[in-house]
Amino acid sequence: MRKRDVWWGAWLLVGILATGAWAFDPVAPEELKPGFVYIGPVGDGGWTYMHEQGRLAMEQAVPGVKSSIVESVPEGPDSARVLETFARNGSKLIFATSFGYMDFVMDVAKKFPDVVFMHCSGYKTAPNVGVYFGRMYQARYLSGLVAGKMTKKNVIGFVAAHPIPEVVRGINAFTRGVRRANPDATVRVVWLFSWFDPGKEKEATKALVDAGADVIAMHADTGAAPQAAEESGVYVVGYNNDMSQYAPTKHLTAPIWNWGMIYTAAAQEVIAGTWKSTSQWPGLKDGMVGLAPYGKDVPEEVKALVEEEKAKIVGGTWDVFTGPVKDQSGTVRVPEGTTMTDAEMLAFDWFVEGVEGEVPK
Amino acid sequence: MEYLIPIMAAAVRSGTPILFATLGELLTERVGVMNLGLEGIMLMGSLSGFWGALVFSNPWAGIALAVLVGMALSALHAVLCVSLGANQVVSGLALAMFGTGTSALLGKNLVGVTIPGLPAAPLPGLAELPWVGPILFSHDVLVYGGFILTAFLAWFLYFTRGGLNLRAAGEAPRVVDAAGLSAVRLRYLYTILGGGLVGLGGAYMSVVYTKMWAEMMTAGRGWIALALVIFGLWHPVRSALGAYFFGGVGALQLRMQAGGTTVPAPLLMMLPYVMTIAVLFVIAVRKGYAVSLGAPRSLGVPYHREERDG
Repeated sequence: MRKRDVWWGAWLLVGILATGAWAFDPVAPEELKPGFVYIGPVGDGGWTYMHEQGRLAMEQAVPGVKSSIVESVPEGPDSARVLETFARNGSKLIFATSFGYMDFVMDVAKKFPDVVFMHCSGYKTAPNVGVYFGRMYQARYLSGLVAGKMTKKNVIGFVAAHPIPEVVRGINAFTRGVRRANPDATVRVVWLFSWFDPGKEKEATKALVDAGADVIAMHADTGAAPQAAEESGVYVVGYNNDMSQYAPTKHLTAPIWNWGMIYTAAAQEVIAGTWKSTSQWPGLKDGMVGLAPYGKDVPEEVKALVEEEKAKIVGGTWDVFTGPVKDQSGTVRVPEGTTMTDAEMLAFDWFVEGVEGEVPK
Repeated sequence: MEYLIPIMAAAVRSGTPILFATLGELLTERVGVMNLGLEGIMLMGSLSGFWGALVFSNPWAGIALAVLVGMALSALHAVLCVSLGANQVVSGLALAMFGTGTSALLGKNLVGVTIPGLPAAPLPGLAELPWVGPILFSHDVLVYGGFILTAFLAWFLYFTRGGLNLRAAGEAPRVVDAAGLSAVRLRYLYTILGGGLVGLGGAYMSVVYTKMWAEMMTAGRGWIALALVIFGLWHPVRSALGAYFFGGVGALQLRMQAGGTTVPAPLLMMLPYVMTIAVLFVIAVRKGYAVSLGAPRSLGVPYHREERDG
């Protein structure tokens, strides 16, 4: 115990001297025992399913690492209990994969200073707490290009869960893509005020189809919207993962997550003792987000356009919200030559030009 | 006015699962048993219906299974509340939680699977009629079943001896016993049949309406059905209209958003609940505050033949 403390102190000193930051002991891969706290069931076919894929990718990429999960953990005091159990059972690296775990992660992290915590989509950090998310908006932009090219009626429907900045940002990025490909198209938004209600997602899709939409995009957690699109005979852009099983003939593509990249890197860093608390927001360039395989109806020229735009974003010369960006009233909100900062994007509460509907206040 | 047709058709479609659950609860409450477990029974119905439809490759097998599961769960409630005299509120709430959790656990491997489900079956001849055709007669068989069931229950409750016995067991079980019938047997019978209907409502969600299983997929419809029994003042036709009205308001607000109308959606979403309160208020004022609003007099009161009334 004492020897360990001495080592700990020495590493701390080295860390502070060398990098000015906190540093951790190297850990043997077998001792890492990463723990994952999930908000939903791994079989949700959406958000949690993709995190699970990332976990499995990490186990593949880092030999010797054996991780464990707890599913369907509510965003409340229960999550603190789960986090603490992982830490007490010897996990050296714990991932909390939903925004609402944030304050519980901060509390538990204080009690276990030698355990690394990674919190998804939050903004609070500590010497042993890092945050991570992905620039999904970049993939959404690419999927918007496809939708814009595929619409014939120039009306695209968007089934949206809750009016929070993450969803608004996604709709805006999607619409920027739609307008880039087709300046005459508009995007109509229907809010569900629910993450999870397949019946309502289906009814919203039908409402948009009746209102004239011939391509549907979505930000909700089930495959009900793609299924309703298939039944109604309109194209659909999924979300989270390839949703073509719900719409075998009408699924165009879907903006998808690749969490494995972050999980693998974090595991390797903690094993090597080089992990540092950061706020990571990787995107297309790092392969953090991307597009699901195209449906058979997507023509080659559309795929070429996507590649062209993707190269611009990956090259770093341009991003989705590089000016000029106009809002719905036509006012320029981001002047030419500037790009929205991350902080501005994280607080999106207005729609860009081309979106019909409004952000509920 | 043409634009009202798809809204009203959507109202019928999305009101149907709530309708079955409402009628099931109405039967149960009319016989004097309160079952607050609707949400859990519906979810178990959704799950077992989906599972059955998938495994037996036949939607009707799933629907039948869901009805049986609904009957089994409400039989459990009946044993606790009718025979053992347990608190009906507690038993019902326990059932709601049990069903929610159990369905989520057992349904893990069914997430992401799709089934063909029950196809639409427009009624020949009737479906071509203007207005009523697309609104009422272009759906699936279970929607028509809902119409028939509502009419049947209205007739059964008020125009048959069986219905009289049922209502009597909810109003004054001791009188039923004195008349030589068994109030306990009646309570078992209709609690179980009612539970079957609730399971059917759940199966409609997964086998017909969405053709998929997702945890918590009924999203509160069981609780709405509970309110609708009161909204309809324990009458099948009024409760059915309430179910379609709830479905209609949901469809309307989504369509108004899709059409670009700027009426705040949350305002429309709370309309059904405001209406329920308004109905209760109006009736209470009209009849005087002390009335029971038509609730069965012995609703929620355990009955024991051997004991004296309080």
